[in-house]
Amino acid sequence: MEALARSLVSAVPAIAGVPLWTVTLLMMVLSAAVLLAFALTFGGLGSYVLRKVAGDIQVRIGPNRVGPYGLLQFLADGAKLLLKEDIIPAKADRFLFILAPYLVFVGSFAAFVVLPFGVGLTASDLNIGVYYVMAVTSLVVVGILMAGWASNNKWALLGGMRAAAQIVSYEIPVGMAIMPAVLIAGSLSLQDIVRSQGGLLGIFGWNLFHNPFTFFSFFLYFTAAQAETNQTPFDIPEAESELVSGYNVEYSGIRYAFFFLAEFGDMFVVAALATACFLGGWHVPFFRAEALPALWGNLLSLAVFLIKAFALVLVMMWVRWTLPRLRVDQLMRMSWKYLVPLTFVNLLGVSLWLLIFKGKGIPALIASLIG
Amino acid sequence: MTTPAEALPTQEMLINMGPQHPSTHGVLRVLLRTDGEVVVNAKPDVGYLHRALEKIGERVTYAQFMPFTDRLDYLASMNCNCAWAWAVEKLAGIEVPERAEYIRVIVAELNRISSHLIAFGSFTADMGAFTPFLYSIRERERVNDLFEEICGNRLTYNFARIGGVSADLPQGFLEKTKEFLDYFEPKIPEYNNLISYNKIFLHRLANVAVVTAEEAVAYGLTGPNLRGSGVAFDLRRDEPYSVYPKLEFNVCVGTGERGQVGDCFDRYMVRINEMRESVKILRQAIAQIPEGPVLAKVPRLFKPPAGEVYFRSECPRGETGFYVISDGTVNPYRLKIRTGSFVTMNVFEKVTKGLMIADIVAVIGSFDIILPEIDR
Repeated sequence: MEALARSLVSAVPAIAGVPLWTVTLLMMVLSAAVLLAFALTFGGLGSYVLRKVAGDIQVRIGPNRVGPYGLLQFLADGAKLLLKEDIIPAKADRFLFILAPYLVFVGSFAAFVVLPFGVGLTASDLNIGVYYVMAVTSLVVVGILMAGWASNNKWALLGGMRAAAQIVSYEIPVGMAIMPAVLIAGSLSLQDIVRSQGGLLGIFGWNLFHNPFTFFSFFLYFTAAQAETNQTPFDIPEAESELVSGYNVEYSGIRYAFFFLAEFGDMFVVAALATACFLGGWHVPFFRAEALPALWGNLLSLAVFLIKAFALVLVMMWVRWTLPRLRVDQLMRMSWKYLVPLTFVNLLGVSLWLLIFKGKGIPALIASLIG
Repeated sequence: MTTPAEALPTQEMLINMGPQHPSTHGVLRVLLRTDGEVVVNAKPDVGYLHRALEKIGERVTYAQFMPFTDRLDYLASMNCNCAWAWAVEKLAGIEVPERAEYIRVIVAELNRISSHLIAFGSFTADMGAFTPFLYSIRERERVNDLFEEICGNRLTYNFARIGGVSADLPQGFLEKTKEFLDYFEPKIPEYNNLISYNKIFLHRLANVAVVTAEEAVAYGLTGPNLRGSGVAFDLRRDEPYSVYPKLEFNVCVGTGERGQVGDCFDRYMVRINEMRESVKILRQAIAQIPEGPVLAKVPRLFKPPAGEVYFRSECPRGETGFYVISDGTVNPYRLKIRTGSFVTMNVFEKVTKGLMIADIVAVIGSFDIILPEIDR
């Protein structure tokens, strides 16, 4: 960010006299604002799409009253949530109760910082990107546990405990399943991981088709990440039919909206990570977006990245309206007895593959055989 | 030195599940004593919907009690209507025209289908799959439309009368029913493909809350809950009434298909299979229904002779029995109603010991209880 600011200051004479730190700070605020706007829009429109998809799957119409095709429904809902009375239970732990939604939201929103939206579209391309995402999304569990505890409600407490156990357990398979992409790229930076999947092989340059183990680890990651973000069929922390609504049962109004937005933020982060690590990120098949002029290259790669990520989000919604819910012990068993060992074996397989074939994937090997 | 267990003492938690809870199917309150997620004891507390229906029965005439039976089990009003009519007719020895009996069987079986649809749908919704619920509602709509044609109502029908039914079937009703059956029958395999044999669903239900055949009989379970435990007992076959002897159908029992006999999955499957049998019964009844009057001559001021009678019939949620004592006046002297859901609640505490909280929801759903039947 600072390097970019320096180049900007030297390139634009009009701001030559402004101190460097001011420009840097302004750029940070600006990029944060853009990301926040994106996250909020995604949360709003995402909820609309979620309900429309639900309507389609459940042989009904879905929202269709506010605006054309019900498109403005999310604005109406947002306005309603803003205007609702903010209820804090009398016996709640006020401080923790108020703090919890912010922690949850920050946890999911902070992950947006390193997402590689396009060729040069990353708010901050940290060299520990993947690690950073794992770390900040762990903040969510603290927030959820806090919400469950502070609500002074037994259902919320149960939901919070379930969430803590679940998210912590599933972080291991999620991390292990994403490691193959890191190994192949030789870097933790998400931009590096995406760049490693380019080349002239088109979609066969993607990590998904690199070797059988990476193919498998994409599905392992997607499954484990669904559980880590409390999506159905792993939505036991908020299991409506059991825990009423789980950890957020006592929340209302805008505080509830934070949990809601965090959930959609998590959905997008999972989809975006899967896209970046396995589906070639912003790479356009058989086309070098990097070679285009900066503006067009960025726009094209942004569009491609979003299309891929939204397709995965749609898959999540589809799963959500299809499957019943696991029981809490079955969920734990699935993590520790199946996903964790499988992801470890998988990681070992990828490492051996990289060692034996000197880092080349199956498509690259075939290409070198042919020509 | 203290062990970690002593240093961090744990407590049992007392949780109040209901009377307002999304999956207690109404105002049922369950007092849960849990050790973390494991249920130590689950004590059902009923009575939130008590309306003193039995006492009301003593204050109104026999015919006036008919709409109250609608409220006995609002998902199967037709069955309760007919059960009351059959009970009073048995008491007074009234001969009912055959067409009326056929109409009663047709509406009762249609209502059994719609009631089992709700049981299926709400059960899957309890398990976290919301979509099948709306599919079942879609089919139930068609049954409601049919009922609307014959009596103008969609939930509380008040259709049966002492001595017959309130009106003959409207024109084209039987054809429409046939259409519905042709539409509905292929939906049952669709449900099975959609959810019944879903891996997660099976894991949630198989071997959960097993009620053995002996227990089921000892606790007086009836209906699908009894048959789910493998006891082939169906009042329509074993204590035939109305025109059921002329109709052929199988009694569905739990087979322990994916676990032990009498687990939640068996009770669930019995209902799915019974919908199929109801379709079979309906097809036969439509083919056999004779022409004729639909209401016997019953005096307006109806006074049955003094005496007492117990009549039970097979309702979707088990045996609904009316014990009526008549003293020869226009009102019953005493009325006692026996319902399936109420008796089922007895075994609840026994089978839920040691289950998880999520299983409690499965047990309530698999027993398919309905609160107005429990509390009356």
